[in-house]
Amino acid sequence: MSADLSGFAYLVASVCFIMALRGLSSPETARAGNIYGIVGMLIAVGTTLADPTVLSYTTIVIAVLIGGAIGTVVALKIEMTALPQLVAAFHSLVGMAAVLVAAAAFYQPQAYGIGTPGNIAVASLVEMSIGTVIGAITFTGSIIAFAKLQGIMSGAPITFPGQHLLNACLGIGAIALVYWFCQEQTGSLFWTIAILAFVIGGLIIIPIGGADMPVVISMLNSYSGWAACGIGFTLQNTALIIVGALVGSSGAILSYIMCKGMNRSFFNVILGGFGGETAGPAADMGDRTVRSGNADDAAFLMKNAGSVIIVPGYGFAVAQAQHALREMADLLKKEGIKVSYAVHPVAGRMPGHMNVLLAEASVPYDEVFELDEINRDFASTDVAFVIGANDVTNPAAKNDPTSPIYGMPVLNVEEAGTVLFIKRSLASGYAGIDNELFFRDKTMMLFSDAKAMCENIVKVLE
Amino acid sequence: MAAENLVESAEALAKTAKSLATQAEAIATQATQVVSRAAEGGDPFVFYFTIFVLAVFVGYYVVWNVTPALHSPLMSVTNAISSVIVVGALIAAGPADVSFSKILGFLAVVLASVNIFGGFIVTQRMLGMFKKKK
Repeated sequence: MSADLSGFAYLVASVCFIMALRGLSSPETARAGNIYGIVGMLIAVGTTLADPTVLSYTTIVIAVLIGGAIGTVVALKIEMTALPQLVAAFHSLVGMAAVLVAAAAFYQPQAYGIGTPGNIAVASLVEMSIGTVIGAITFTGSIIAFAKLQGIMSGAPITFPGQHLLNACLGIGAIALVYWFCQEQTGSLFWTIAILAFVIGGLIIIPIGGADMPVVISMLNSYSGWAACGIGFTLQNTALIIVGALVGSSGAILSYIMCKGMNRSFFNVILGGFGGETAGPAADMGDRTVRSGNADDAAFLMKNAGSVIIVPGYGFAVAQAQHALREMADLLKKEGIKVSYAVHPVAGRMPGHMNVLLAEASVPYDEVFELDEINRDFASTDVAFVIGANDVTNPAAKNDPTSPIYGMPVLNVEEAGTVLFIKRSLASGYAGIDNELFFRDKTMMLFSDAKAMCENIVKVLE
Repeated sequence: MAAENLVESAEALAKTAKSLATQAEAIATQATQVVSRAAEGGDPFVFYFTIFVLAVFVGYYVVWNVTPALHSPLMSVTNAISSVIVVGALIAAGPADVSFSKILGFLAVVLASVNIFGGFIVTQRMLGMFKKKK
């Protein structure tokens, strides 16, 4: 295939990838968008396979079969509640692939038309180093994020004195090594840079707490894109540059949306140390009384209500309560009660996680609303049913300037006639602060596992 | 005395003029080279950088249009398409004779394939769940 023709094919592939993202503007067009993505990938791979330097198809077919089989099985088996860790694991693979491709280009530059071993153009070396460094950071960073989400590692932030100074020094060290590598072009320097970047990737993620994982995942998503971009520049491949830029900006926008959802700056999240250890003020709230109820009370309240807004949070995902919750909602709807769902941007462990879980339980997407769309409706709603959420409903964010979450946009559940809270205990949320809503008169606490409580309410309603 | 001085400065001037002329010629040659290079497509980096910047803008506007309900599928689909890095891996794994970079390429193809298949399938699974009210 001539260079012009393959360049054109890569352009078509890139357009397909843009269409894939474009499709996600509405659930109706999203599936078609995903097909565009698959077609784009087929075109890009087919074009590369037609390259005259690609000869050993057997090796490639074996590699694709191994990888494809693993990917297919994992993607079909994964529980939707485990989606965040799956995405983190996938990001790590892109990062590692970027490092491997950069290494291959370094050892066999003639295959990519960027020079001969030991005689690679400085520009290509710089691009290669950028791809390697970002790819390596993405790899270890995603592994740590995966371990934290999967529970292999504690979600609590790991901090030590001089942490940021150490990271800064390592960063400067990496830049110096890249400069040296461009002069010397030795394999040992290449691997030193890669190893240093692997270490940096781990160090920058360990201080970030479990509750900030939505930002971390979005950020790593962005990094994986920039790594692909760096490799795209090295290989002078337009499809790779375009995709890298799309993915990079997509991840950056998601990080921004997540930070805004928590009213925190990006740097504040990155520097880490937020949440994890439970804060002190829990004690002085201890003597306040809480109205607690059981499934019968909750069922009675909701049965006599005209409208119910359900507010799901991370605890709902952990308890896998989505199907039980939907059954409950169906019974309520049968009684003629208006049921809708309110999703906070940072509910869950990745952007949009709650929406997927609700969709999995066959909740129609037009009953699920974003914070801005539904926040005004709480005042005219009889019951707010908060399941596994805490910080995103805390009124302290609106009226207590000393609160660590002050200024964060929250769902106005306290405006509803009655607030039902399903929680295991009175423990504070991930931000480590108490929720005064628990102690209000119109709040009823339902101390139970989210799934068990929904199932019990269903039994009573039936 | 004055006449001698005059002759000297005239000589100096002539020398300066000569060197200026040489410089001007050099600049002219360089200019032609730049022009001809631009005609051939210029420095490839500028070309690729242009594509990059434009793609960032396209990404920015397209992603802001994505509905927040679909942010999870957005993440998994961007993950799947970023595995287009497989094109670099295929070229490394392509040569007939075995070398270190071919092994690296092979591993990269395996990793990227996990991602391509896994990413698109999990996205399709997620999107299949989003249904409207009956």
